[in-house]
Amino acid sequence: MKLIVAVIKPFKVDDVKTTLKSMGIDGMTVSEAQGYGRQSGHSEVYRGAEYTIDFVPKVRIEIVVDDEQTDEVVSAIVSSAETGTIGDGKVWVIPVETVVRVRTGERGSDAL
Amino acid sequence: MNTVDTMWVLVSAALVLFMTPGLALFYGGMVRSKNVLSVMMNNLVAMSLVTILWVLIAGSLAFGTDLGGGLIGGFSLAGFANIGNELPGFHGVMASPMSILVYQMMFAIITAALISGGTVDRIKFPAFVLLISVWLLLVYSPIAHWVFSPEGWLAKLGVLDFAGGTVVEITSGFSTLAVVLVLGKRSGWPKDQMAPHSVPLSLLGVGILWFGWFGFNAGSSLAMNSVAVHAFVNTQCAAAAGLLGWLIFEKVKESYPTTLGAASGAVAGMVAITPCAGFVTPMAALLIGLLGGLVCAMAVRIKFRFRYDDSLDVLGVHGVGGLVGMVLLGLLATKSVNAAGANGLFTGGGFHFFGVELLAALVVMVFSFSATWVIAKVIDLTIGLRVTPEEEFTGLDLSQHAESAYSMGGMGRISS
Repeated sequence: MKLIVAVIKPFKVDDVKTTLKSMGIDGMTVSEAQGYGRQSGHSEVYRGAEYTIDFVPKVRIEIVVDDEQTDEVVSAIVSSAETGTIGDGKVWVIPVETVVRVRTGERGSDAL
Repeated sequence: MNTVDTMWVLVSAALVLFMTPGLALFYGGMVRSKNVLSVMMNNLVAMSLVTILWVLIAGSLAFGTDLGGGLIGGFSLAGFANIGNELPGFHGVMASPMSILVYQMMFAIITAALISGGTVDRIKFPAFVLLISVWLLLVYSPIAHWVFSPEGWLAKLGVLDFAGGTVVEITSGFSTLAVVLVLGKRSGWPKDQMAPHSVPLSLLGVGILWFGWFGFNAGSSLAMNSVAVHAFVNTQCAAAAGLLGWLIFEKVKESYPTTLGAASGAVAGMVAITPCAGFVTPMAALLIGLLGGLVCAMAVRIKFRFRYDDSLDVLGVHGVGGLVGMVLLGLLATKSVNAAGANGLFTGGGFHFFGVELLAALVVMVFSFSATWVIAKVIDLTIGLRVTPEEEFTGLDLSQHAESAYSMGGMGRISS
C-alpha cells in the first residue's frame, strides 16, 4: 500500500474529489495547509504599511491506496489539480506498512 | 430651561458615549489577535475612570467659575452639586446645565480612549489607568476650559471650535505622540508583521463612530436649531468626502483602494469637520472632508520616515485632521450659517479670526504635547509604562488580563 500526499490549490479540491470519487476511491483526509515553493507569497497593504505574507494557503490531501492503483490515482490528482500556473503544488508517494480499520480490526487492503 | 434643547443634548450625550465602544472595535480590529482585549479594555476603563473623575472634579475644572485669567475653572461644580440655572458664561443657552456637563463628560471619555490607539501592544494596564487619570485633570480639563468655556482665555480671544477640533482632536493626537515617544516602539516595529487581525471588526467600529459623530457635532449646538441641522448635514458630507479622498490617494499612490483606507478616510473627514461643523456651508464641508481624507492618508505614512510608533495613527488622523479643520475653519467660516460665528479669510473675514484659529491650534498642540510628555515620563520613572519583553511577546490579553479574545477549541478542548 501507498500513502499519496498532495498539496494543491484550495480551489481545486472539489475537482480532485469528484475525479477520485468517480474512480471508486472511497476516502480521503483533507487539511488546510500553508507553505511556499517557487510561487512564494503575496503582499498586503494596510494604511500604507506593506506586509509580505510568505506562506500561501494550500490544501493537503492524504489518501492510502493499493500499490497497483497508485499511478492511476497520482495521475488523476495531477490532471485534475493542474491549472498550468505557478503554485499548482506537489504530489508525493510514501510506502505504508499497514492499515487497520478501527471499527472492525481488519488489516491491510481489506481496511481500505 | 428649554425641554427640547435639553432632550437634544441628552440624546447627543448618549450618541457620543456610544462612540467609545465603537472606537474599541475600530482599534481592536487593527491590532494583532493577542492584544484585542487589552486595547478594548483601555477604552472600557476610560468610560469608568473619566466618568468618576469628571463628576468629582474634572468637569468643574473645565466648566466651573473661572479662577482667573481664563486658565482653569474652579471647584464650583465639583460633585455635580450646586450647578444652578446656567453654567458660568453660558448666557442664553437654554439646555439644562447638568445636561451640558454630562454631554461634555462623553467628549472627555473618548478623548482619553483615543490615546490607547498609540500605546497598543506594549503599555502596562496600571500605567494606562494612571496616565489617563492624571492627564484628564492636568491636560484635558484645562484645554476644555480655555476653548469650550466662554470664560476660557482662548474663547475670549474669539477662537471658534464647534465640537473639539482642538479640545478633542489636536489634544488626543499630540498627547498620544508624547506618550509613544516616552513609551518607545513595539519590539520588531516596523520590520515585523503587525497587520490588523480583523478588518471587519474595524469596519463595524467605524460605522458606530460615524453614527455617534452626529451627536458629537450636531449636539454641540446645545440647542435644537438650524445650526444643529447644519452640523448634522456637514458631518455626513465630510465623512463621505473624506472616505473618497483617502481612496483617491490610495488608488493613485498604491493602486489598490482598501476597505481600511475607506474607513480611515471617513473618520479623517469627520475629524476635519469637527471644529467647523456649525460654522460652514455643506459645500465647504465637502471640501473640508475631502482635504481631511487626502491629507490624513499622507500623514499616516510619515511615522515610517521618522520612526515613531504611533501604532494606530492617532496623530496622523486626529492630530493632523484637527489641524486641517482648524485652518480651514479660519478660511471658510461664514456668519450666514451661524450668526454667532465669524467670517473666514476667504469668506469676507479678516486676518484676525484666521490668526486666532492658528494660535489656538498651536497653543493646544504645544501644551498637550509637553504636559503629557512630563506625565508619561514621571509614570515611566516611577511605576514604569511598559510591559516586559516577554509579556509583550505573549500579548497583553494574556499578560495583563489573563484572557484570550478567541477560543477556537484547540487541544485544550479535544475531549469535551
